[in-house]
Amino acid sequence: MSGFPAALVLEQLLNGLQLGLMLFLLASGLTLVLGIMDVVNLAHGSLYMLGAYFAATLARATGSFWAGVALAVLATAGVGVLLEVSVLRRVYARDHLTQVLATFALILVFNEGVRMIWGPQALLLTVPQELARPVRLLPGLGYSAYRLFLIGVGIGLAAGLFLLIHRTRLGMWVRAGASNRAMAQAMGIPIRRVFTLVFGVSAGLCAVAGALLGPILAVQVGMGEEILILAFVVIVVGGIGSVKGALVGALLVGIVDTAGRALLPPLFLRLLPPEVASNLGPAVASILIYLLMAAVLFLRPQGLFPVRA
Amino acid sequence: MGNRTLSRLVIALALLVALPAGAQPRTVRIGFVSTLSGGGAALGQDVLDAFNLALRHLGNRLGGLPVEVLVADDQQNPDVARTAVERMLRRDRVDFVTGIIFSNVLLAVGDLVFQSQTFYISPNAGPSEYAGEQCNFYFLNVAWQNDNMHEAMGHYAQLKGYETAFILAPNYPAGRDALTGFKRFYKGRVIGEVYTRLGQLDYSAEIAQIRAAAPKAVYAFYPGAMGVNFIKQYAEAGLMQQIPLLLPGFSADADVIRAVGRPMVGVFNSSHWALELFNPINRRFVEDFRRTYNRIPTLYASQGYDAALALDHGLRAVGGDLSRKAEFRRAVLSGFETTRGRVRFNRNGYPIQNYYLRQVVEMPNGEIVNRLRGTIFRNHGDAYVSRCRLP
Repeated sequence: MSGFPAALVLEQLLNGLQLGLMLFLLASGLTLVLGIMDVVNLAHGSLYMLGAYFAATLARATGSFWAGVALAVLATAGVGVLLEVSVLRRVYARDHLTQVLATFALILVFNEGVRMIWGPQALLLTVPQELARPVRLLPGLGYSAYRLFLIGVGIGLAAGLFLLIHRTRLGMWVRAGASNRAMAQAMGIPIRRVFTLVFGVSAGLCAVAGALLGPILAVQVGMGEEILILAFVVIVVGGIGSVKGALVGALLVGIVDTAGRALLPPLFLRLLPPEVASNLGPAVASILIYLLMAAVLFLRPQGLFPVRA
Repeated sequence: MGNRTLSRLVIALALLVALPAGAQPRTVRIGFVSTLSGGGAALGQDVLDAFNLALRHLGNRLGGLPVEVLVADDQQNPDVARTAVERMLRRDRVDFVTGIIFSNVLLAVGDLVFQSQTFYISPNAGPSEYAGEQCNFYFLNVAWQNDNMHEAMGHYAQLKGYETAFILAPNYPAGRDALTGFKRFYKGRVIGEVYTRLGQLDYSAEIAQIRAAAPKAVYAFYPGAMGVNFIKQYAEAGLMQQIPLLLPGFSADADVIRAVGRPMVGVFNSSHWALELFNPINRRFVEDFRRTYNRIPTLYASQGYDAALALDHGLRAVGGDLSRKAEFRRAVLSGFETTRGRVRFNRNGYPIQNYYLRQVVEMPNGEIVNRLRGTIFRNHGDAYVSRCRLP
């Protein structure tokens, strides 16, 4: 890696960390729902979209970004609980294909509903004033205060989630449910209520990601689908049902994607003739995370941290 | 009389009443296929809303004939568009097709429309394929050829004397065309040319590269949500004040401004249309669009409005006789009044028009809009017309 300025490499690491931690917020909920309830929930991305829309609307209504985010998280968690009780509960016992179809239908319903309420135009959500400036980390390296804040929130929530899962009774139930649902039920764990709670929490995490990414991404209909694909890559890499796997997978995907886009094209230009490199560089950089996923599946088909060994 | 006979009689009477009473003028049927859901929905909706507004202004008549508009959503998917167009041509027997936003969708259905000898009036998509050797008698474009807006911004960067530029676009045909168009007129040094994944969310890696390369200007073509993401992140990284960001009009129109907000103030962009272009058609269009739909119209909307004006002008010239196709085409090509003044067309069906420089500014009332700053090209055509063999 000689020849790349150290500041640029450090900046890319921070960018990768930030992207990875935001992906973790989505992937942790997705992996718990899939691991514990055995439900493939494609509508997970819709909850993320809803979080961003709620945040944009409520931030404008209250005049405060922070109040908007907080209310959006509560509102989305509420929608999540409602969704679990009214729809998802009915598809637990069905096969995965039915679940995929049902939750795909939910994507269409959410997208169309959001379009009817808010219209097809993207909404405005901007970085809060107090974070809209760079912070000097090292001489010659200024880094966005807002992205540093995202990294902080990501680390905080990841730590909180680990404490919740490894140190509390609820966490024990969740872990039991993830590794053997039938046994957990037989042991008298109120699985049904745990499901609803997990779903509410995972919807809330979606909303945190949606609301906090809103100021740097487009708040618009269909925004959930793009990021959902990345979240699925993360849980395939990390292993289904494992929060630790989701964290490691998300950081791997975030850093590999960011570093690949920044460093691969110039690297190829040094090693290969320019006409080959200029085509191959961007192409490989854009599929790098899928190459990563293929490599992990080849070496460890269950993912890096499988729950059900 | 039994009940059954009576009911038959009622139906027969109803049919008689419903039948047209002899020599009523026939209806023009327009097949409007556009992207009305998903990420590109805002663009299709703008074109459709403005098309409908123009019809209302024309008294729901085109060239004196009553109009029926059949709308279909192509979901930005070439296959879905093909099915919809096929149904409209075969079953509904539409007289014209219009509405498509994306070039790849248009390229998938063009042949189908042309083979059935139906005119396609493009309110947006302007692929180079239909401008050169594959130009077609039945293709008319009231917007622009895909390269034009990028050519204008390349020319502007050249005029401004930026010695170095960093250029970016998504890795797909229109993205490559865009940067080719920019480089056709920009003669300075391109010190970075980056193609990113279509639909990419995070641009921090590219922005860090721009910062490290320190060019005199950045040109980025990112349609739709990708543009909103890129511009927000560019501003958030603090680069807006350090390195001027140049954009094609699509990436700096009312829809993007609405999503990005104040950080966009100051950005220069190129367009064939502007809110304050001074002519009666544009004044009426802008005022009524704002009043009717409660938002600022985009350049896409102006194109939807002009598509209806093109149909009206052509049909007027042939006295509403839909069979006089050569005359219809000639009338449209020779030019008519639009939201951007009188526009005439090349033999490949693409417009010859002015391209303007706009800048995003904050008005005294707090509204953030594009203002006209100058003219980059006068009567500019496209680079492919010499290869078109139509008369």
